[in-house]
Amino acid sequence: MYSYIANRLLYAVFVVLGVLTLVFLAMHLTPGDPVDMLIPAEGGGGGSRELAAQLRARYGLDQPLYVQYVKYVTNAFQLDLGNSIRTGRPVLEDLKRLYPATFELTVASLLVATILGAGAGILAALKRNGIVDNIVMTLALMGVSLPGFLLGLLLMLVFALQLGWLPPSGRVGGFGWDGIRHLILPATTLGVAAAAIIARLVRSAMLDVLSEDYVRTARAKGLSERIVVLRHALKNALIPIVTVLGLEFGGLLSGAIIAETIFAWPGLGRYLISGITGKDFPTVQGAVIAISATFVLVNLVVDLIYTALDPRVQYQ
Amino acid sequence: MRRNLRRFFRNPLTWPALVVLLALVVAAVFAPQLATHQPNRQDFLAILQPPSAEHWLGTDELGRDIYTRVLYGARISVTVALLAVGLGGLTGVLIGLFAGFFGGATDNVLMRIIDVLLAFPGILLAILIASTMGAGLTSIIVAVAAYSVPTFARIMRSSVLAVKSREFVEAARAAGSRNFNIMVRHIFLNSFTPVLVYATLLMGSAILTAAALSFLGVGINPPTAEWGAMISAGRSFMRQAPHIILGPGVAIFLTVLSFNILGDALRDTLDPKR
Repeated sequence: MYSYIANRLLYAVFVVLGVLTLVFLAMHLTPGDPVDMLIPAEGGGGGSRELAAQLRARYGLDQPLYVQYVKYVTNAFQLDLGNSIRTGRPVLEDLKRLYPATFELTVASLLVATILGAGAGILAALKRNGIVDNIVMTLALMGVSLPGFLLGLLLMLVFALQLGWLPPSGRVGGFGWDGIRHLILPATTLGVAAAAIIARLVRSAMLDVLSEDYVRTARAKGLSERIVVLRHALKNALIPIVTVLGLEFGGLLSGAIIAETIFAWPGLGRYLISGITGKDFPTVQGAVIAISATFVLVNLVVDLIYTALDPRVQYQ
Repeated sequence: MRRNLRRFFRNPLTWPALVVLLALVVAAVFAPQLATHQPNRQDFLAILQPPSAEHWLGTDELGRDIYTRVLYGARISVTVALLAVGLGGLTGVLIGLFAGFFGGATDNVLMRIIDVLLAFPGILLAILIASTMGAGLTSIIVAVAAYSVPTFARIMRSSVLAVKSREFVEAARAAGSRNFNIMVRHIFLNSFTPVLVYATLLMGSAILTAAALSFLGVGINPPTAEWGAMISAGRSFMRQAPHIILGPGVAIFLTVLSFNILGDALRDTLDPKR
């Protein structure tokens, strides 16, 4: 078990290194660099050309690509992700400040998705082919088809701008009522599509399990429907559900970019977008490492949860 | 075949979905004929007007006719859906086919590259590609295609692994067929169903991703009429004129919903075990 975890962690390091390499090449091999964005080449005269050269030398952008790459990777392994070229702040400090906001939003939206999705999926499976099942599945189909940014804007329009029940933007942080009020709209925006996917999957997993012999036996023993569903059926349907929750976490983490843009949520997504538009290499690379490392680790945790859910699953 | 078609059309939502998609194609092809105004013509005397006989879906913040721009936006959505899914599908299928068929080192190398691409969650890869290539239709198509390659490759590889040990493949090999022949005629054609189902479902997702890229400002730039960009530009005015985001929003929603309905119906028809 421990050697499995060690192997997976080592593998995760290589995957994140691969992601980093891809991002590094994508950012460096396309025309233009951050200095071009800061100091326009045209019309600046000799002074600005000199300043641009000085800036390139300061950030190592005048060195061959492989030198820049080796230096960046070596520093990254020592948790030095460089400084933002636009603000001059250390990227790691920015990540420490912004990551909790994105993580909080992602976890809250996963919570919304799980409660809505799993509840609706179980209900649909129990009322198979009935009116409740049809309504739930139609809503789920609509949920996966609705663009997140449109839903976000509509929710903001109705609940923040028209009714004034919830704040339209910003983050307070913490678990106080004000913090939760700020979280409701972005988390719902992000969670609805995932809820729709989870509802469809939970329904199909529950239907598979509900037709198993042990569920029939449990009913034949005279157990209440609640116990049959929760203890016998749901517990055995959890593996595919946990798998999709793990995958959805990654989708929510990157989907946060849209929710953060709409609701001015100060997280990694907005940081990444501003880094991309400003060609701020260290910012983009740092944010992508943080997001993909979280994604890879969550997938590892999901694999480990399997053993807890189903003792037959053994890792060598 | 006829039984499959009957099963496909037995789903009560199949026909409405086909009608919506047919309307989308007609709108995309005949946009200049169906439009009531020029898509980029600004009229500062008619800004943010609600729907009326003159402007069926109202006007935007620059007085442009939203109905006309939604029609022109369909061109981009149809192009992205077809080309991005085609390009991503072709690349992913080839990777999955080679990895699954040859196994060993080929499989290992190709699948590790796919693992790296899969470690880019959701829309992140598309954003990176679109932003590094610069705004425009080509970069959106490449970005959405790249985003779909890993899943296509995984689906194709698992189908190939399931098919390649079947008797008819062994028989073809024993009869002296060459690798290329076996791959194309026997394995590819017998592994294609899940790819086709995924491609249909992905059409809707491709349109959503393209619209999201434009919404974030890394897709199609103004003044080109694109549904995501229209919503992005209109969001500052949605309080005074909610219709500004509703026209393109409903167009995206109905199109994606229709592709998802067809994808589900196709899956139920071709893979009834699921």
